[in-house]
Amino acid sequence: MTELVATTPGVFPLPDWAKDRLGSLKGHQKEDLIDGGETGEIADAYDEARAEVADWQATAGLDRVVEGQLRWDDMLAHPLCVHDAVETRGIVRYYDNNNFYREPAVTGELTFDGDLADDLDHLAALDGVTESRQAVVPGPYTLADLATDEFYGDRVEFLDAIAEFLTGEIRAFPDCETVFVLEPSLVTNPPEDGFDERASDAIDRVADATDADVVVHTYWGALEEKVHAHLLDADVDAVGYDFVTNHEENLYNINEYGTKESIALGLADGQNTKVEDGETIAERIEWVTESVPAAEFETIYATTNTELFYLPVNRTKEKLGSLAEGVKLADVDAGEEVNA
Amino acid sequence: MTREQFRPDDHPNEQFILSTVVGSYPKPKWLDRVRERYEEADDFDDANWAEATDDASRLITHEHERAGLDVVVDGEMRRNEMVEYFAERIDGYEFNGPVKVWGHNYFDKPSVVEDVVYDDSWLVDEFAFTDDVAARPVKVPITGPYTLASWSFNESYDDDRALALDLADLVNEEIGKLVEAGARYIQIDEPALATTPDDHAIVGDCLDRIVAGLPEDVRIGLHVCYGDYSRIYPEILEFPIDEFDVELANGDYEQLDVFKQPEFDLDLALGVTDVHVAEVESVEAIEANIEKGLEIVPPERLTVSPDCGVKLLPREVAYGKMANMVEATRNVERKLDTGEIDARALREGAAVSADD
Repeated sequence: MTELVATTPGVFPLPDWAKDRLGSLKGHQKEDLIDGGETGEIADAYDEARAEVADWQATAGLDRVVEGQLRWDDMLAHPLCVHDAVETRGIVRYYDNNNFYREPAVTGELTFDGDLADDLDHLAALDGVTESRQAVVPGPYTLADLATDEFYGDRVEFLDAIAEFLTGEIRAFPDCETVFVLEPSLVTNPPEDGFDERASDAIDRVADATDADVVVHTYWGALEEKVHAHLLDADVDAVGYDFVTNHEENLYNINEYGTKESIALGLADGQNTKVEDGETIAERIEWVTESVPAAEFETIYATTNTELFYLPVNRTKEKLGSLAEGVKLADVDAGEEVNA
Repeated sequence: MTREQFRPDDHPNEQFILSTVVGSYPKPKWLDRVRERYEEADDFDDANWAEATDDASRLITHEHERAGLDVVVDGEMRRNEMVEYFAERIDGYEFNGPVKVWGHNYFDKPSVVEDVVYDDSWLVDEFAFTDDVAARPVKVPITGPYTLASWSFNESYDDDRALALDLADLVNEEIGKLVEAGARYIQIDEPALATTPDDHAIVGDCLDRIVAGLPEDVRIGLHVCYGDYSRIYPEILEFPIDEFDVELANGDYEQLDVFKQPEFDLDLALGVTDVHVAEVESVEAIEANIEKGLEIVPPERLTVSPDCGVKLLPREVAYGKMANMVEATRNVERKLDTGEIDARALREGAAVSADD
């Protein structure tokens, strides 16, 4: 029997009060962004916001609760942007979105930092999320793609160093049920022949750092066939596919090359306020499972295709509710089918 | 000639490099307090708000003149944000709350929930007021239809192209009214093009609609910022515009070479101060940046401005950047007059280097 799990790939919008308060406390320029050393009122504001975002997820009825990555001013580049061996440079565009991050230039050895684990420890301190806790990390290929290397001097060595760095960070995490590894760059800037295998190896190493179920989530289209095939060599529990942006090619990849025993489905649009209701989510889950006749999944993670910080808070909360409701409806439908 | 009309009568140098700003400027603190009161208190009506924004517009227009800019704007004192302001005036939009742009900078990204319709004019009152109080020519920045489409949540149209083309007709209608009111320098802001460069053909189609029916002496600029310009160059040379405005100071002119091959045959508006650094660059540093522009176009086709709108800077820093920029511009003009700077050599040297 397939387990259905309603979750998200993390990186939530700050609650609106926190947008205002943190903007006032921190400022609005490059030099005012997060550096990993914030204390006092700023740290308190993040604690309060983190609790609120966890409550959104619990109230909606999600099966996994993420920390929200509210401190990630630089989105997926965050773990490097707060690292001592990294200089942040000019602001650069975050993929093809109207969002920007500070360019992280790695100028020294990427040693253990602990910033990600610290956020998760704060999540762990909240009541009621022990069983459902989910960590979110940028994938090694994506993190390397978003950064500039001025220390390692070799692309392969740099990717290996990023993977090693992430491995150390993940080992410091408190217990989590799931780890979502976000790898949009595998789609938007795919690795070329030879490097695709290395990217997969790097993901494999990252996945090996935890006993939690590891989901490598991809979005903004479909993986190139060869990249997809190599990704399946990584010892992860599930691959995530963006069924909002490109359902046909993702389905093709899955049917042509197979996928892991579990699967993550990006079913709700993380970048549009038009809210998919629960029934739509359930229909989409059913459509995918019926369209992949050869596979019976151990777990299906139903999620938004992208991070959620693109959305206003009201729509974010509505989409969380839709995901949870959609999973419940799909569960009921599946149960009825079995009983019939 | 769309450009020479903006040369001041008392210009001190033979050469003329046009100086202006992209558009936005930090609002006086008192205007922020007034806005809060206007939005939250019952005792502050539309007439009070209009008076306050008139005062702020006059203040900033004169501040631009004091800095010595050749072409001024009012710093967009009446506008809250470049998409939000227009979406509030176009039927078909609704609002759901602020979304992140970067760091702690947000905007109230609207959703298009039905066909967009032009109702009342958007900028004619703003232009008429600024033109009345200004002693210098006034530029009108207006958010382009592609950006108005892309930076909204599209819940209604089949695709963003269909939405953008409908919006382009609305922008054309608005610009027609601005021109009727006397505007001669219109800047279309299309930063979204940098986010989705493969859509340059859509922007081109929109621009064709925007300029339809405009007199030849109306100068049309296009501002695009924060992206990989190599993905839209040289395609932008086909656009029906007079001037292309770019942000390059932020990236230390790493992308300058993009515009060297093939030859850039539009006027170039070049960002010569970084709007995301809260320090005023020295006059000498800005002069060096202006010389970067001379590698692409001759002085008579160069406009200088900050990289982008300066509204996120402290006001004294914004002013300092403008004042230093104008001083640097006049210095470069003088050096061109005396032959201390050889513009042709800069261009030819750049062309040789690009050929290498």
